[in-house]
Amino acid sequence: MGYAANLAMTLPEVILGVGAVLLMMVSAWGGPGSTRAVSWTSVVVLLGAGVALLGPAGSGGAAFQGLYRADAFAAFAKVLIYLATAVSIILAPGFFERTAGDDLRPEYPVLMLLSATGMGMMVSAGDLLTLYVGLELQSLAAYVLASFVRRDLRSTEAGLKYFVLGALASGILLYGVSLVYGFSGTTMFDGIASAYAVDVDAPVRSLGLTFGLVFVFAGLAFKIAAVPFHMWTPDVYEGAPTPVTAFFASAPKVAAMGLAVRVAIEAMGPALGEWRQIVIFAALASIVLGAVGAIGQSNVKRLLAYSSINNVGFALIGLAAGTPEGVAGVMTYMAIYVAMTLGCFLVVLRMRDESGQPVETIASLSGLSRSRPGLAAAMAMFMFSLAGIPPLFGFYAKFAVFDAAVRAGLFPLAAVGIAASVIGAYYYLRVVKTMYFDDPAPEYTREGNGAVEGGLIAVAAVIVSPLGYLSIPLLAAWSMAAAQALF
Amino acid sequence: MIGLIHYLVVSAILFTLGTVGIFLNRKNLIVILMAIELILLSVNINLVAFSAYLGDLVGQVFAMFVLTVAAGEAAIGLAILVIYYRGRGTIATDDVNRMKG
Repeated sequence: MGYAANLAMTLPEVILGVGAVLLMMVSAWGGPGSTRAVSWTSVVVLLGAGVALLGPAGSGGAAFQGLYRADAFAAFAKVLIYLATAVSIILAPGFFERTAGDDLRPEYPVLMLLSATGMGMMVSAGDLLTLYVGLELQSLAAYVLASFVRRDLRSTEAGLKYFVLGALASGILLYGVSLVYGFSGTTMFDGIASAYAVDVDAPVRSLGLTFGLVFVFAGLAFKIAAVPFHMWTPDVYEGAPTPVTAFFASAPKVAAMGLAVRVAIEAMGPALGEWRQIVIFAALASIVLGAVGAIGQSNVKRLLAYSSINNVGFALIGLAAGTPEGVAGVMTYMAIYVAMTLGCFLVVLRMRDESGQPVETIASLSGLSRSRPGLAAAMAMFMFSLAGIPPLFGFYAKFAVFDAAVRAGLFPLAAVGIAASVIGAYYYLRVVKTMYFDDPAPEYTREGNGAVEGGLIAVAAVIVSPLGYLSIPLLAAWSMAAAQALF
Repeated sequence: MIGLIHYLVVSAILFTLGTVGIFLNRKNLIVILMAIELILLSVNINLVAFSAYLGDLVGQVFAMFVLTVAAGEAAIGLAILVIYYRGRGTIATDDVNRMKG
């Protein structure tokens, strides 16, 4: 296969990388005045990368001697990643214009593009080296984004915490990678899979491989914010500027989950018995701790952080099944989760007091149903959907993963998961109760509410509404095709 | 004769020191950056030792990548540390507590 054919398969990353570098030049010479132009150009670049997935980049198979995979799984994850990144870029200018502190600089969309490049490489990784480089490209851009508002102490503290714990996670992951490499003799995912398949009669080698697996999964658990490696999440989500938090809760989560699925199935598939224990523990602990931790929170961004921990736990149930249905369930879950969580953050961005400053307390939502019925209804839908209450679309996400777990014979896991989702429903319902039954708090300002953000809230609300069920045939077929690419 | 096991043990000790260093350190954030470097260098020892043992170059290539990324990581970490210090006027680990809960 020629070099050009290889490049054609990596076209989305090429477009994003070249676009990011060119836009960095534009922003270096254009200064803050070029922010709006750079933002919208970045959205166009993301769109271009998404269109490129229609070609060989979406179905071409292995490129660069297996270092990179351009398959249906990667394409599915990339569509979600690009969508979430584009939304996070679009909703930023409105937030920064109205908030005291730093103005939005054109570096913001450029960093988002670089992060999206890294995320694309993560979900397309066919080798531990690609995995590492993609992960770091995503993380390094994300550290800067978290501390983007330089004058806000909470933002810089969030960046610092994210950096320290993210670097620790990379270190743990790398240590696992080095052990896996040493004891399997290769960094290619297929080679690693065959090493895991035949290790029974060499105790030292199998011990080394198992240690490697544990470290790799610990590192990945950090990146998807699964318990017991979740402690950075609430602080980073609270401190980072809200558009960045919306980004962290959506795109990198999809990418890290896609990476975890690919490593688990493609590289360590034969060791299903070993990693299943880890995944089951992480899933149940995340569901329970995410639900219990959220109960006492008064800050809505912290609440959504715990909600994201909780949701990652549910998605991991699909991975624990280890079947094509399970993987399809994970991808379906992430697709619906992205719509729900971005919707929530879009509503949070509308929470501003009379002077236009953002308000983050849950108490300020009191009586929202009377002052802003539309906004309250949208938020209530997102909350019910996150809690998995039918007829909203979030129910189908949970159904898909539980169905896969039951089919794989994991009855106790499914039973405990469903029971624990009831605990989670409590704090989601508390938000709805605050909006609909409590005495009105001071109204939010309507000034400066962009039509684009309003439209995005409406789109997200339609997706999570019962109308979303119309997309099930398409979504099921597409996620199944994605899952089959790994088996 | 120094064999593969010796390298692995040294690397495991360095990795443990780095991890413990991050969690036990109560003084200052620069020490955390040093602990992170220690972890990454322990990984490099592992990679190079395995590479020599297996007679396979990929491990050494990987080590070069790790070194490069570690440099970028340290640069970003120090930059964040500088803006944090400008705002707070301290880099003591115990003072990183604006947000709790």
